[in-house]
Amino acid sequence: MAIITYREALNRALDEEMARDPSVFLMGEEVAEYDGAYKVSKGLLAKYGPKRVIDTPITELGFTGIGVGAAQVGLRPVIEWMTHNFALLALDQVVNNAAKMRYMSGGRFKMPIVFRGPNGPAEFLAAQHSQSFASYWAHIPGLKVVAPAFPADAYGLLKSAIRDDDPVVVLEAEMLYGTSGEVPDEETLVPIGKANVLRTGSDVTLISFSKPVRYCLEAAAELDKEGISAEVIDMRSLRPLDMARVYQSIEKTNRAVVVDEAWPLASVGSHIAYAISHDRFDLLDAPVELVASHDVPMPYNHQLELEVQPGVKKIISAVKRVLYLE
Amino acid sequence: MAVPVPMLALSPTMTEGTIAAWKFKEGDEIKRGAVLCEVETDKAVMDYEAGAQGTLLKIVAPAGSSVKVGDLIAVIGTKGEDITSILAQASAGPQTPSPSSGPSQPAKVEETTKPVPISRETLPAAREAPGRAIIQEERPASAPVFQSGIAPSSPLARKLAQQAGIDLRQLQGSGPGGRIVKRDISRYLDSLTAVQGTAAQKSGVQGPVTPAAASLNAPMDRSIPVSRLRQTIARRLGESMREAPHFYLRMAIDMEHLINLRTSYNQARKDGFSISFNAIFMKLAAMAITKHPQINSTWLGDRILLHSQIDMALAVALEEGLVAPVVRDCAHKGIEEIERDLRDLIARAKDGNLKPEDYEGATFTISNLGAWGVEEFTAIINPPGSAILALGAIKKEPVVRTDSQGQDSIVIRPMLRATLSSDHRTIDGAVAAAFMKDLAAIWEDPAKALF
Repeated sequence: MAIITYREALNRALDEEMARDPSVFLMGEEVAEYDGAYKVSKGLLAKYGPKRVIDTPITELGFTGIGVGAAQVGLRPVIEWMTHNFALLALDQVVNNAAKMRYMSGGRFKMPIVFRGPNGPAEFLAAQHSQSFASYWAHIPGLKVVAPAFPADAYGLLKSAIRDDDPVVVLEAEMLYGTSGEVPDEETLVPIGKANVLRTGSDVTLISFSKPVRYCLEAAAELDKEGISAEVIDMRSLRPLDMARVYQSIEKTNRAVVVDEAWPLASVGSHIAYAISHDRFDLLDAPVELVASHDVPMPYNHQLELEVQPGVKKIISAVKRVLYLE
Repeated sequence: MAVPVPMLALSPTMTEGTIAAWKFKEGDEIKRGAVLCEVETDKAVMDYEAGAQGTLLKIVAPAGSSVKVGDLIAVIGTKGEDITSILAQASAGPQTPSPSSGPSQPAKVEETTKPVPISRETLPAAREAPGRAIIQEERPASAPVFQSGIAPSSPLARKLAQQAGIDLRQLQGSGPGGRIVKRDISRYLDSLTAVQGTAAQKSGVQGPVTPAAASLNAPMDRSIPVSRLRQTIARRLGESMREAPHFYLRMAIDMEHLINLRTSYNQARKDGFSISFNAIFMKLAAMAITKHPQINSTWLGDRILLHSQIDMALAVALEEGLVAPVVRDCAHKGIEEIERDLRDLIARAKDGNLKPEDYEGATFTISNLGAWGVEEFTAIINPPGSAILALGAIKKEPVVRTDSQGQDSIVIRPMLRATLSSDHRTIDGAVAAAFMKDLAAIWEDPAKALF
């Protein structure tokens, strides 16, 4: 198995899918001549030409809408948003056209489109460019949403997303692009809607997705030194949510800590916490804890920007609360 | 800080309790969990454990006084503290509901029924733990304390307690605000195993208690918490059986006339009202008792009380246990009136709405297991009465009859076996026998009650 970066894994998935299916094309700001703002599309223009790797003007609503139209008539567009902060401008096309066309046409139009780009807090980007919009997409019926935390999942989920006949939003993360991990040499698809148990444990279940999954693993390793056995579940997909896998774990641990780097109100994390509390009420020995970002715009000051986000210390503290050790 | 000690609902249905005895006097130091006083509910005497610690500053409700749930019975605090405001608040009585406490909740109850043991001051104040979502500013520092006085518990703890048959009231919670959590159940089960192990060793019983008995997952013997009602049944019937020397007389009674009486009466009624056998039995038993006043008596140790009125109980089986509501003055009531009283009492018994005056002071009791097909049985006397009549099913059987010519023949008759349990301290065998003879005669021919 090769060890490659998250960025390379996404590039490989795009490359393989474009080679496999001529109806797949990539469109977005700077994806062609510049090889992508985050170099995810590196080399694709040279390989597939300007008809399939298309630079657009800075018009998110426009090129997203063109993508939706293209998908409706049979192509398989991959729309790159430079970041999800800019994707806000394209919300209407995604929410009202992409997500609903299949439903409103009585199933006559498929919507095989992928929207992808970095989401979530990064560093030194301040209030407007450092925030998680996971719940914006996960909220919408008709969309599928994935949020890989590791290169193998980035690779396998992007491939599944491109092959899916429904619109899929891929939440990448700027802070993850440079991280490395093993990715299978052979072509592999990661199914949408399946969580992944990264670490088994018996005392508490840590549930997260995207970047904070890595903090959960670190916290679990720390807790292990204190004799606390934490199970770590990476949801990977946010819509649909694999709650069955979560419940299987809660049945063993009776305690849950959900970690989501978005703000706490109406987040994917708060929904997961609600679902556990509701569906497995009798199994809980403590209220489900939600470790979220503070309910404030991202500060520019680096110390503060780290302070407002979930981190290893906060996760450990939440674990101790659900274990009544604090 | 002085805290009010309210009367607590020591059972889910309790609305009022009588202080049976105080275990401390004013000025005494009280430890949390100490038995502060004994409270008599309608059915049993319960220990009231102190929820707060400190000096018993004031006993508001002296022994013997009856106090509504939520009302002040005492004040605990620091010596020399001013408690006038607490006392004033208590004597102010229920106030109009405040908008915030909900329409049905008098404001006063809000304040006084919280068993103050867990005051916020005793807990780390609003923890600024990292990772707490700031949005939840109003998170209370302690788990809620319920008005019933039952400690908070986690859903898992409740489920485990139910499976293991543990009464959560027996446990001290180790979670925030005294919340009972899984580890408290585990510890309790461990302690049970230890106790059982010791007991087994002492009695030389072979085979230790298996560890499985204390495991939360293994199947285990269940211990069911004893309800107030069951405690009462156990205590009263145990006392009766131990103290009253029982003897039993049984007779087979031909029921043809009573069956006809009931059938013709019920058929004649056009409004759907009907009388039950039990109402007829009670009336006609009362008529027999009027001829034998000793049957309607109570042993008082140095004398025997002969009751002027026949207050007859009927044993009624409920899911939670046995109750025996009383129809007063059966001798002077018609069967219809007895039937109406019975219906009301039984309905209220099923709803759990019997008041003490509905079941106390029976001078005679009937227990009828005929509906289950029981042929005959003996019953335990229901104090303060001296006798109880146990009735089996009415069943057709071959009976030898002698006609006026002295000719024997076998006939099929609807027979009922009635067994009288009597307290020999008050009723001698001959008296009971004479009573049974008259009872049988009246039941076989109700007109005899007129003579």
